[in-house]
Amino acid sequence: MLRRLTTELPRSFTLGAVALGIGLASGPAGAEELRIGFLAPMTGIFAQVGKDMSNGFQMYLDEVGNDFAGAKVVFILEDGQGKPPVNVRKAEKLIRQDKVHMFIGGLLASTGYALAPVSTRLKTVYIPSVAAADDLTQRQASKYPYLMRTGWTSSQPNHPFGEWACAQGYKKIVTIGADYAFGYEVVGGFQKAFEDCGGKVIQKIWPPLGTKDFGPFIPTIKDDADAIFTLMVGPMSLQFPKQLAASGNKKPVLGGGTSYDEFVLPSMGDESIGHYSALQYSAALETPKNEAFVKKYREKYGKVPSYYSETNYTTAQMIHEIMKKTGGKWPGGEKFVQMLAGLKLDTVRGPVHFDELRNPVQNVYIRKVEKKKMFGFPDAELWNVVVKTYPDVGQFWKYGKDKFLKQPVYSRDFPPCKYCE
Amino acid sequence: MSERTKILIVVAALIVLLIVMQFASSFVILLVTQALVFAILAMSLDILLGYTGLPSLGQAAYLGVGAYLTAILATKYGFGLGSSFWAVIVLGILLGAVTAAIFGLFAIRASGVYFLMITLALGQCVWGLAYRWNSLTGGDNGINMPGRPNFGIDLAHDMTFFYVVFGFFVAALAALYLLVKSPFGRSLVGIRESELRMRILGYNTWLHKYIAFIIAGAFGGLAGVLWAFLNGLVSPEDVILTTSVDALLMVVLGGPGTLVGGAIGAGVVVFLREYLSTLVEWWQYALGGVYVLTILYLPGGLMGIPERIRQRRALSAPAEQAKAVSVSQ
Repeated sequence: MLRRLTTELPRSFTLGAVALGIGLASGPAGAEELRIGFLAPMTGIFAQVGKDMSNGFQMYLDEVGNDFAGAKVVFILEDGQGKPPVNVRKAEKLIRQDKVHMFIGGLLASTGYALAPVSTRLKTVYIPSVAAADDLTQRQASKYPYLMRTGWTSSQPNHPFGEWACAQGYKKIVTIGADYAFGYEVVGGFQKAFEDCGGKVIQKIWPPLGTKDFGPFIPTIKDDADAIFTLMVGPMSLQFPKQLAASGNKKPVLGGGTSYDEFVLPSMGDESIGHYSALQYSAALETPKNEAFVKKYREKYGKVPSYYSETNYTTAQMIHEIMKKTGGKWPGGEKFVQMLAGLKLDTVRGPVHFDELRNPVQNVYIRKVEKKKMFGFPDAELWNVVVKTYPDVGQFWKYGKDKFLKQPVYSRDFPPCKYCE
Repeated sequence: MSERTKILIVVAALIVLLIVMQFASSFVILLVTQALVFAILAMSLDILLGYTGLPSLGQAAYLGVGAYLTAILATKYGFGLGSSFWAVIVLGILLGAVTAAIFGLFAIRASGVYFLMITLALGQCVWGLAYRWNSLTGGDNGINMPGRPNFGIDLAHDMTFFYVVFGFFVAALAALYLLVKSPFGRSLVGIRESELRMRILGYNTWLHKYIAFIIAGAFGGLAGVLWAFLNGLVSPEDVILTTSVDALLMVVLGGPGTLVGGAIGAGVVVFLREYLSTLVEWWQYALGGVYVLTILYLPGGLMGIPERIRQRRALSAPAEQAKAVSVSQ
């Protein structure tokens, strides 16, 4: 669908190498071309999310006819298969073979950590539009001068969410989250803010990433908890609420943004109604910009956009804004990052600007799953209805940059579970 | 074909590769370097599979210990980034050998499919450690290498690193060739053909297999060190079962019991996996198709092609003669 077979399938590897070499000799990118590499999982368990990612970006390109202020956008999609080493090899290919000006994407936090050094080593701009690994724009930011984040840090929406949980009167919470970097950072951010306003996390459960059966985990949830905080990714999001409801759970359920993201929400049953989550986007956001975006996206791809679609759509829009300022000329990697860091833009998710470590400062929405009709669509469906907006939330929340960076990055052991028995 | 002609062909092919690489793009250089590293791994497996008749499904374990050793030394102690690179190479080989020596105690007792299952399980143990031992291995995130060694010669330059890997590949090929041609190698082949007979002849077959297993592990460790420096990232995904399966398929594809076959198989697989996958989305079908066709029509692998052609000719020649005779009558 996106690549052309330029050489005849060579019979041996050596022959192939020769053919490749010749194919490349045709010269680097022309001046008016903006070559963008895009890494998303197209196969494997995260394929659906990967599709949402590339669709979001593609939709913006289609809207402007692949024309960024005179520069013709060449969009090259590579399948990272959701595996960090594969993503690294594909990024090398994008930079060396396709001579891209920048590469975008990477889904998992671990992929983000793997791709960032590639951008430094090969001096190419990397935009993690989804990969939310905290340290890329925190403690390690100085190591990655070509990295510019347009998405979020994992803990960013969960700091206000922790405070919100206190305001609801919850005292004791059990967390259950996917056992990898992203899970630690989401749960860590929530725990930190929640305990700072007087709450107690009394138990932390870590099912492996990609868990299909939560049977062994759900019965261990402590009875004296007021609420459950979940962090699910990919297909886990679908499975967990079903099994939780089947176990007869009556406790309120809170979740990290990806637990109820729109990529999985339409497939969920009514058991998830009333669950709360926090993210910088909701498809049910009632602004004219978002309403138009949702309608158009749904018409084009037959489904409601998820945050994965929105963040990549917005990323494309941001790149376009920079190219408008340069009159369609590529300003060079360093200059591009610098210009993008200074950008203030009203996007589909709301107003966005960037902090000094090149991470967005943006609204965080507390969202409740409800079944209702929205935007004139005929059926009552599940939506992440926004119940509260925290404006201008940065990655350091109210802690201040210096104080925040003094603590270690959120991990399995930090913050320590002081109230666990 | 005499042994001498075969060696000449291999040497000529290596020289051609060196010449072609002078004109290759940086991406191709990377791919060929990857293929060479995997070729070392595949050849090490060939000692077991092709020469001794032991189908191991855990070869990625040795690549893994070599790679993780390199990454941990480099990130925690800054060791291996200067001329200590050579020390890391030695350590990687030793650790691969030691790991194999331990695993061998469990695995060598079994044969056939049981051997396959035990090596698979042991390989998964290494993966489990890589994935779970967060403080040491970085868990799912893996370990980012700080860079490639610089000891007067800067290996950060891809072509320089290619030469180094090429050197190790040639050395490994030569060493393994001498090994399989030695009396020890002959007795391995004897074990493959009939272990019982070798035992009756007075050979300690367990020890022979155990030593072969350790040697294979050592070369796996070498491949691991090079792999870590090549990719700049060591991740549990490198140690996963798929890598072991890939290595096994490389050997089967190229032709088991030929050494060079493993290298050719590595080249074909890396090319399909890394290059074809960027062109088309159905590359996995192509890879699968190649495997199925090889097993169905080329049980001897790609290296078996010349032999097959010769057999065809030998078979068709008498038939034609017979035809000619019947016509003249």
